[in-house]
Amino acid sequence: MSLLTRDNPGETHLMMGNEAIVRGALEAGISVAAGYPGTPSSEIIETLAKISDDIYTEWSVNEKVALEVAAAASFAGLRSLAVMKQPGVNVAADFLMHLALSGVRAGMVIVAADDPGALSSVNEGETRLYAKLMEIPMLEPGNFQEARQMTCWAFELSETLHMPVLVRTVTRLSHASGNVTLGKLPKPDRKAFFQFNGDMLDPMEGPIMSPPVGIKHDSQQKKLEQAAQLFEDSPFNTYGGPESPELLIITTSICDLYSKEVVALLNLEDRVGILKIGTTWPLPAQPVLERLARTRNVLFVEEVQPFIEEAVKVLVAGSHLDLSSLTFYGKYSRHIPTAGEMTPERVTAALSTLLQLEPDPVSQDYPPRGTALPPIPPREISFCPGCPHRASFFSINTVLQLDNRQGFTCGDIGCYSMGMLPGGFFTLKTLHSMGSGSGLASGFGKLEKFGMNQPVVAVCGDSTFFHSAMPPLVNAVHNRSSFTLVVLDNSGTAMTGFQPHPGLPVDTKGDQAPPIDIEKVCRAMGATTRTCDPFDLEATQKQLLEFINGDGGVRVLILKQACALSPEKRHTRAFEVTVDPDSCLGEACGCNRICTRVFSCPGLLWDAENNQATINDVLCAGCGVCASVCPQNAIQRKELP
Amino acid sequence: MIALNHDPYNLIITGVGGQGNVISSRMIGNMLAAKGFQVTIGETFGASQRGGAVMSHVRISSKATLSPQIPVHQAHMVVSLEPIETLRVLESYGNPDVGVICNTRPTHPIGVISGRLSYPSTKEIKETITRLSARSWFFDATAMATEIGNPIFANIIMAGALAATKELPLDRNVFEETLKSKFPPNKVGLNLTAYDQGVGIINTDNASH
Ligand code: SF4
Ligand code: SF4
Repeated sequence: MSLLTRDNPGETHLMMGNEAIVRGALEAGISVAAGYPGTPSSEIIETLAKISDDIYTEWSVNEKVALEVAAAASFAGLRSLAVMKQPGVNVAADFLMHLALSGVRAGMVIVAADDPGALSSVNEGETRLYAKLMEIPMLEPGNFQEARQMTCWAFELSETLHMPVLVRTVTRLSHASGNVTLGKLPKPDRKAFFQFNGDMLDPMEGPIMSPPVGIKHDSQQKKLEQAAQLFEDSPFNTYGGPESPELLIITTSICDLYSKEVVALLNLEDRVGILKIGTTWPLPAQPVLERLARTRNVLFVEEVQPFIEEAVKVLVAGSHLDLSSLTFYGKYSRHIPTAGEMTPERVTAALSTLLQLEPDPVSQDYPPRGTALPPIPPREISFCPGCPHRASFFSINTVLQLDNRQGFTCGDIGCYSMGMLPGGFFTLKTLHSMGSGSGLASGFGKLEKFGMNQPVVAVCGDSTFFHSAMPPLVNAVHNRSSFTLVVLDNSGTAMTGFQPHPGLPVDTKGDQAPPIDIEKVCRAMGATTRTCDPFDLEATQKQLLEFINGDGGVRVLILKQACALSPEKRHTRAFEVTVDPDSCLGEACGCNRICTRVFSCPGLLWDAENNQATINDVLCAGCGVCASVCPQNAIQRKELP
Repeated sequence: MIALNHDPYNLIITGVGGQGNVISSRMIGNMLAAKGFQVTIGETFGASQRGGAVMSHVRISSKATLSPQIPVHQAHMVVSLEPIETLRVLESYGNPDVGVICNTRPTHPIGVISGRLSYPSTKEIKETITRLSARSWFFDATAMATEIGNPIFANIIMAGALAATKELPLDRNVFEETLKSKFPPNKVGLNLTAYDQGVGIINTDNASH
């Protein structure tokens, strides 16, 4: 049994932040959880699906649908959870705006995972602003224990206010682990029924909708005032430090741990106080004003946007406090950087400047003078050995070069985003949000009228196809745009850990489910379609060339080959691959070392001493593709049983 | 509770995506949490499957919850599954008192495979690490792991080696218990073998210093 379902309150275990959130949701007795995979949020739905049969868990087709699925449960009287990474909140935002207005019935919580520093994202978006924009309450856990407690309490709050509640986590909490003490597991009554016969404005018995907007918006704001009242004496807002500190740090989320640690490390406990806010929106006035009255200098330690900084300044402007007695430092004063994630060093730098501290001697003298480090080659990320995307991009790139009309490829979100890097031959020339590759291609494909004759290619993954590439494809077909969409179908949502999607014959729990055939869908839309195995370079390139030279319209090439890390492929090799030392001519060959310099699968090694390629037995996944890349047939493959 | 050599104690486990250092940081973290310590493990593994550098910060204290990032130059021990990753970590987190356990088997970055960049020689790496640390151990954990049956065991061998240095209160019984709670029974035996080999290489002084 997973420790997450142990009913031993008081026990302490090491848990990932995301697991603590799962535990909090279980302690709240949720019945439904839906989400779309996205680092760093994916483990939440994944874990729930694995450990609990009492709950309905779903990988929805996208975040907006996930939010709708969770909301339906709440409307029918069941506590529910929606989970997404920050860009997913953008996708769900349209529905969220209306949901905030209509209100919810049983407790409903949205966990949004932000990625400050874009550790595994292609933007550095900020969910906290949504709390303000959508006018809903938000909590920000500052450690692992709070991740459990806050998630659990958020459901109660949601029920008190009849509002969805946002819990905002960040990568450094979600993917880190720490000690968590378990609370009680309830035995909820899980009877679903949607009441709708009551009065239009009755939150428990009436229909649930956003109009009448005037009345609903007014009551929404009253609920927010109530939330601010409830937050006044919340145990999630804490203060530690001297009664009248020389400097007051105001912080939220995991930044609290950095602040505490640096204050201790620099021996500033007598000079600096830390006010940690857990109930970030609406910001409760009393706990903040009380502390501001006892200091003259304030430093805001937070990531991404100056959210707390602005909220506190607004609060002060409307309070009895004498503004001229306070000086604020933070993002506006540039003492805290405005981009990138928080680090202990950033807190140290701000405190050192503000309190005029001496620099740390170790950082000054290490590595010791005279110890020259050899240049350390950077470790660029690239496709795994045996990854079908390397073969696919190799073909796309080769064909566009051959065609020689400056054709280009619009990228999308997934492992294949690495197609913009050297390991993907710099194939991608645009990269934005989910599904945007196809939308951009639809637009590029209409520019012939203005003299553009470059071939347009877009790529998208199988999961991305369902998430948001279908509408632009419909758009392209209907508006007679012209481009080639390459669907990189590797049978799962590889990047985030292989979650299933609607194209697969299994659902979130691994039970049988009707698969939706991508090729049939495209054909039904009116696109010309073909399917190839990307490991067959020759066939793939021939088909691509034909599509690119075709006479217009939307053409879809599905390149089907499972991810090298997929459960069915992992630890198995299709081929035993070797390099024949007599045939490999190395630099003298004229191939420009295509296997290692161009194709550069990490399963290959360049043996500089012997001027030859070799196979790295530890890393090679045995896909056999490099054998078709070598013009000398020096790389040989033998099929394995 | 047993006192730590340093409180907080800062351990870095580093390597390349796919080498499994996330598994070993969790194992070590669980072993210490089971002994009642406050443990924080900070890791980023968004790109870990795809050959990027992966670093776990394991922080142990008997007093407080620590942040998921070790402040620069504050590591007490670096356990490294890949030679140049050791250098990369030392440059930022090292200090004159740091210890190092290093797997000597290189994993070449793409830039090296393609010939754009070069990989320092083993000799140069060892010499630099020796100069940058107070104590160090080197051995080919990948070769040992391959002999046990799978290169992935290198991370467990490293955990065993760490235990043998007695830097942290890690004991074999707790390791066995932790294994049993996380792995199916058929996986327990080989993991124990790997752990014992790691202990052995330090205790028999077979790791080159
Ligand atoms: S996880 Fe799969 S899809 Fe992603 S890079 Fe590796 S092999 Fe390719
Ligand atoms: S067979 Fe060649 S291309 Fe495939 S994983 Fe091995 S080295 Fe890489």
